[in-house]
Amino acid sequence: MKLNSTKELSLMANTIRADIIRMVNAAKCGHPAGPLGLAEIFSVLFFSEMNFDPKNPQKERDIFVLSNGHVCAGSYSAMAHAGYFPEDALLTFRKFGSPLQGHPSRKYFPFIDNSSGPLGEGLGIACGYAAALRLDNKPSRVYCVVSDGEHDEGSTWEAVLFASKYKLDNLVAIMDRNYIQIDGTTEDVMPLDSIEEKYRAFNWNVISIDGNNIPQILSALKQAKDCKGKPTMIIANTTPGKGVSYMEKNYKWHGVAPKDEDAAKALAELAEERKKIERE
Amino acid sequence: MHLLNPLSPDLKKDSTREGYGKALLELGEKDSRIVALTADLAESVRVHYFAEKFPQRFFQCGICEQNMAVVAAGLAYAGKIPFMSSFGAFSPGRNWEQIRSAICYGNANAKIVSTHTGLTVGEDGATHQALEDVSLMRSIPNIRVLVPCDFEQAKKAIYAAAKIQGPVYVRCGREKMPIFTTENTPFELGKISLYKDGSDIALFASGALVHEALLAAAELEKEGISAAVLNVYDLTEMDNSTIEKYARKTGAFLTVEDHQIKGGLGSAICEAVCSTSPVPVHRMGMRMEFGQSGKGSELLKHYGLYSSNIAKVAKEHLKNKK
Repeated sequence: MKLNSTKELSLMANTIRADIIRMVNAAKCGHPAGPLGLAEIFSVLFFSEMNFDPKNPQKERDIFVLSNGHVCAGSYSAMAHAGYFPEDALLTFRKFGSPLQGHPSRKYFPFIDNSSGPLGEGLGIACGYAAALRLDNKPSRVYCVVSDGEHDEGSTWEAVLFASKYKLDNLVAIMDRNYIQIDGTTEDVMPLDSIEEKYRAFNWNVISIDGNNIPQILSALKQAKDCKGKPTMIIANTTPGKGVSYMEKNYKWHGVAPKDEDAAKALAELAEERKKIERE
Repeated sequence: MHLLNPLSPDLKKDSTREGYGKALLELGEKDSRIVALTADLAESVRVHYFAEKFPQRFFQCGICEQNMAVVAAGLAYAGKIPFMSSFGAFSPGRNWEQIRSAICYGNANAKIVSTHTGLTVGEDGATHQALEDVSLMRSIPNIRVLVPCDFEQAKKAIYAAAKIQGPVYVRCGREKMPIFTTENTPFELGKISLYKDGSDIALFASGALVHEALLAAAELEKEGISAAVLNVYDLTEMDNSTIEKYARKTGAFLTVEDHQIKGGLGSAICEAVCSTSPVPVHRMGMRMEFGQSGKGSELLKHYGLYSSNIAKVAKEHLKNKK
C-alpha cells in the first residue's frame, strides 16, 4: 500500500505513534522515546519509499535493516499496517509466545531482514545485503536505520569503512540523530558531533534533514537514489518522544513504559494531533 | 578404517588451513553462491587462491573482524554462502557477540573458519594461540563445530560446511602435519570415528593431536596395553552410542586436544560420559594457562602434548579404573 500525500504519511506516522504507546503500555516495558521520534521515517519508508509485497515475500524487493532493534515497536506497527500481520497482534509485543520479541528476531518473525538488539551490527549486515544484491546485479536497495548512540561502537565505524570502500550506492542509512542514549545526552556520554563531518571524511554522501519532516525525508531519499559511487547517510535530526509532550527530549523515556494514566494522556495528545493533521 | 599407517615415515605433510584453501577454491568453481571474506590475512588463511580466481566474490574487510561477521551474515541472509576466516584468537575471539547474534541467533548460512588455532600457531606466542575457541563456539546454540585432524579431513569438513544449511565453525591449524587419512576415510557429522580399536583404555583426540594419539597407542601396544583411538571431529553434539560402547569396553578415557582442558573436547566427553556410562576421564590439553613463543613441536613437547607423554599419562590413568 503506497500513500501518496504528505497528509496521508503524517496520519500514518500518527497511527504508528499511538500504536507505540499502546504496545509499550500493554507490555509494561520497552522503549517509547526512540520509535516516537522515528514515526515519520517508518511511515515514509514503509508507505512511500520501499518496494515490497507482504503477500509475496519471496518476490524481489527492497531490504530493511533495523540496527537499533530497541525501536522495533515503530517498525512492527508499520509492518502490521503494511499487511505483514494483523494489527491485533501488536498488543502481544514483548509477551511470551509473541512473534514480536522485545528485540526483533528472524527466528520468531521471519519477515524481517535481520535480528537485532546488540548495537553496532546493523550497518555491517546492511553492507552484506548491499554487496550480495550488487553481485547478483539486482536493482533492489538496502535501507538501514541506525541510532546515533550506537556510533560509540567501534564496529559501526568498521562498517562505515567497508561501505565506503565498496562504494555501496545501493545502501542508504538513516541515522536517528535524537541526541539521547541511556545514561544521558550523546554529547555528555560520548560526544559525536560533528557526525556529518565524520561521515564526509569517510567518503559518504551525507544529507542532513529534520527527521520529523516528511517532505525533507522524501527529498533526501530521492537525493540518495541519485547519488552514484557512494553510500548515503541521512542524518535525520529527530525529537525523541515526538508527539508526547512529557516525553519529548527527555532521555529518561528511552527505556521506560508509560503507566496507564500517562499512556491515556499521550493517546489524548496524539488524538488531538490527528485532528489537526486531518484539518490541514 | 581407511587410514594410512600413522607410523610410516613417508606420510606427506600439509596443513589443515591449506586443505581449507584448496577446498574453498573447488567449491567456488562449483557454486557461485560461495563468497569469501577475510580480515587482512588472505594468504595466511589461504583464501588467496579463491580471491585470485573470483575477485568479485572476495571481500577484503580490513582488520575488522566484527564487521566481517555481520557482513557475512548480511551476505548469507541475501542467499550467499559466505566463508569468513581469520586467526582463531580474533575470530571468534574478538567477534563472538556478532557470531552469536547475527550468525547463530539470526540463523545465517555463514561459515566461520579459523586457520590459526592452538599451540601449533607457534612463534607468534600466546596472544595468537587460540586455546579457547572450541569452548566459545560449542556454547552457542545453532552452530556446528568441526575440528578436522589433517589436510584431507579439512577438505571434507569444508565440503560438509558448505552443504549444511546454517552456521558452521571449522577449526584449522597453521602447521604442516602428517596426512594419515585418505579420501575414503569416513567423515560423518554427529559421529566419532574409530581409528584404532582397543580394550584397555580409549584415547579421544581431536584436531592436530589425533596423529599423536595414534602414535601413543602404538607405543602402548608394545607394552601390552590395548588402547583404542577415536577421532572426535564433530564437537557439536556427542556420539553417545560410541562413547557408551567404549566406556563399557575400556573403562577408562583419556582426552587429548590442543585447547584448554575446560570447554573443549575434554569437557564434551565428560558431559557425555556423565549422562551415559560414567568412567574415569583424564583430560590432556592446556591446563588453564597461556602459551608462549616457540616452534609448534617445541610447545607441544613443553606442555606435554606428544605421543610418549600421552602414552605415559594413559598408563598412569589405568590405575584409576574401577
